[in-house]
Amino acid sequence: MNKNLNKTEGKGIVVESLSWHPPKNEKPVLNNLNCLIEKGNIYGIIGPNGSGKTSLVKNILRFIEPEDGNITLDEINLKHYKRRDLAKKIALVPQNTVLDSSFRTYDIVMMGRIPHQKRFANASETDSDMVQKAMLLTDCYQLQDKSVATLSGGESQRVVTARAIAQDTQWLILDEPTSSLDIKHQLELMDSLKKLNEKKGKTIIAVLHDINIAAAYCNRIIMMKNGQIHSNGKTEEVLTKENLNNVYEVDFEILENTRTGKKYYVPYANDR
Amino acid sequence: MKTSKVKKLGKHRNKNNLWQLIVLIFILILCIAISASFGSADLSVTDSLKIIASRIPYLGKYINLSVITEANPNYPKIVWQIRMPRILLAGFAGCGLSVVGAAFQGLFRNPLADPHILGVSSGAAVGATIAMLSGIGFGFLGLGVIGTFAFIGAILTAFIVYRLSCVGNKLPVVNILLTGTVVSTMLSSIISLLMTFNHDKIEKVYLWTMGSFSAATWDKVLFLAVFTVACCGVITVFSRELDVLTTGNDTAESLGINTARIKKILIIAASLQVGACVSVSGIIGFVGLVIPHCIRIISGSKHKVLLPLSGLGGAIFLIICDTIARNAVAPSEIPVGVITAMLGTPYFIYLLQRNKRREMLH
Repeated sequence: MNKNLNKTEGKGIVVESLSWHPPKNEKPVLNNLNCLIEKGNIYGIIGPNGSGKTSLVKNILRFIEPEDGNITLDEINLKHYKRRDLAKKIALVPQNTVLDSSFRTYDIVMMGRIPHQKRFANASETDSDMVQKAMLLTDCYQLQDKSVATLSGGESQRVVTARAIAQDTQWLILDEPTSSLDIKHQLELMDSLKKLNEKKGKTIIAVLHDINIAAAYCNRIIMMKNGQIHSNGKTEEVLTKENLNNVYEVDFEILENTRTGKKYYVPYANDR
Repeated sequence: MKTSKVKKLGKHRNKNNLWQLIVLIFILILCIAISASFGSADLSVTDSLKIIASRIPYLGKYINLSVITEANPNYPKIVWQIRMPRILLAGFAGCGLSVVGAAFQGLFRNPLADPHILGVSSGAAVGATIAMLSGIGFGFLGLGVIGTFAFIGAILTAFIVYRLSCVGNKLPVVNILLTGTVVSTMLSSIISLLMTFNHDKIEKVYLWTMGSFSAATWDKVLFLAVFTVACCGVITVFSRELDVLTTGNDTAESLGINTARIKKILIIAASLQVGACVSVSGIIGFVGLVIPHCIRIISGSKHKVLLPLSGLGGAIFLIICDTIARNAVAPSEIPVGVITAMLGTPYFIYLLQRNKRREMLH
């Protein structure tokens, strides 16, 4: 029986014929989209601007309700989850991580524990342990007593990532997590996500703009175009010249990184 | 090693906040006693404290008022029947307005938010104006006609603003702020219009909108106390949600908070609180805006701490302001709203400057 349970849970997130368009907008952003996101992988969602990456993520997080179609998480329709229960399963690092409140960094990361806490309970040992680990992992431990309003863009990105990690969920969704980080912290963040995936079996879904970051860290790629899934599968199978050209309308040269053995993608504008 | 450091920091802050709470409660009691001794009949602070204590169940049995009543048999009456209702009314109003101000600043993620931002107070003013002009003569809950009408006006306005700013089941913050401001402006012009047709009542209406506690009664105190305990209680229960809401709507939802529901509950509780405050005292500005900021500078942004401390701070502040309002130019009075702004602004600027200097040092 236990095995059966694992099997059904293994299905992960199933998106069926999902359609959604923003209010007062004729053109649908998501158009009859089907997609399977399996547990235990690192997914990179890529695609040009306006292809519906963020809208898909927002639907999965139930920030917006689908007009048509269904999303199930662990075989249960998303609609039937209580917000709090959903927050125990999926954590988010949003696109905009600017924090303008006067909270201390430590307090912000501690907010990640809210779904696990009773209303009037104080932080437990587990809570502070989780927070500490998350802060060490994202290299923001030394910022713990700083006011978040004084943090740089990259620092607050790491703090918000720490909060999502402290939430201790099976699924971790990141919307452009590397956009405001310098190269060192980009790599460190992706390394720590990989570590979370390998050691704790967490499923990572990251909306990425940098194809090379996606290629280096993700073992699955979801490629989106015009509100639909263009292709969804293993990284090397999806990231082909044809697919990239088709989706981005830009020519790509695929080289090999001699040091890591990974593929390296260099874009060329068509008319040059 | 590092773990212990984290915990220490957290605990240290909690302890500080507890001390701040104790100190503020002590100051509040002191302020009540001092304020009760001020006035045309001159009492000492200890005498007024004794008179107040003699009315407290159980404690009262052990207090002997014979010395005071020998000096003037009316003293207990003056303190308990005339001064205390007014002091307590100011205290509850200050508490309610500050708590709502603190909650609104977090909820709307806007440091300029104050309890009157939803237009509730302007609605109350229209109600009060209508009552004053029409001369209707009934009231309920010990409020009197003007208070009753003001309360109805406040609640109606809150309802209208809320309905107008809903988009589906969502409640965008910008919508509420804009709708509240616009409705408030419209209601103010209605008052102006009503006043132009009734020149003889201009002074009365104007003075009401400035705010005053001069018409305090025990009935009003009871009315406001019930609302303050209930509404501030409800708001404080949602401290943690307010904390998360300051970091944005999406973040709050991803942390498992039903933001639409929380906003609805908070806005209803806040509107009832503001409506109750305004209907007993008129529109008193500044307390709800500035006190939460002062408390935030002293004790941080966590609403669990911020809301209760703001409540106490607001009560203290308004009691002091009202004491000045009724004594500075006795026997006539200065509108309490004038004092709040004149006293509060310099102190707030001082706190801001001190905070700036501190941050530069770090």
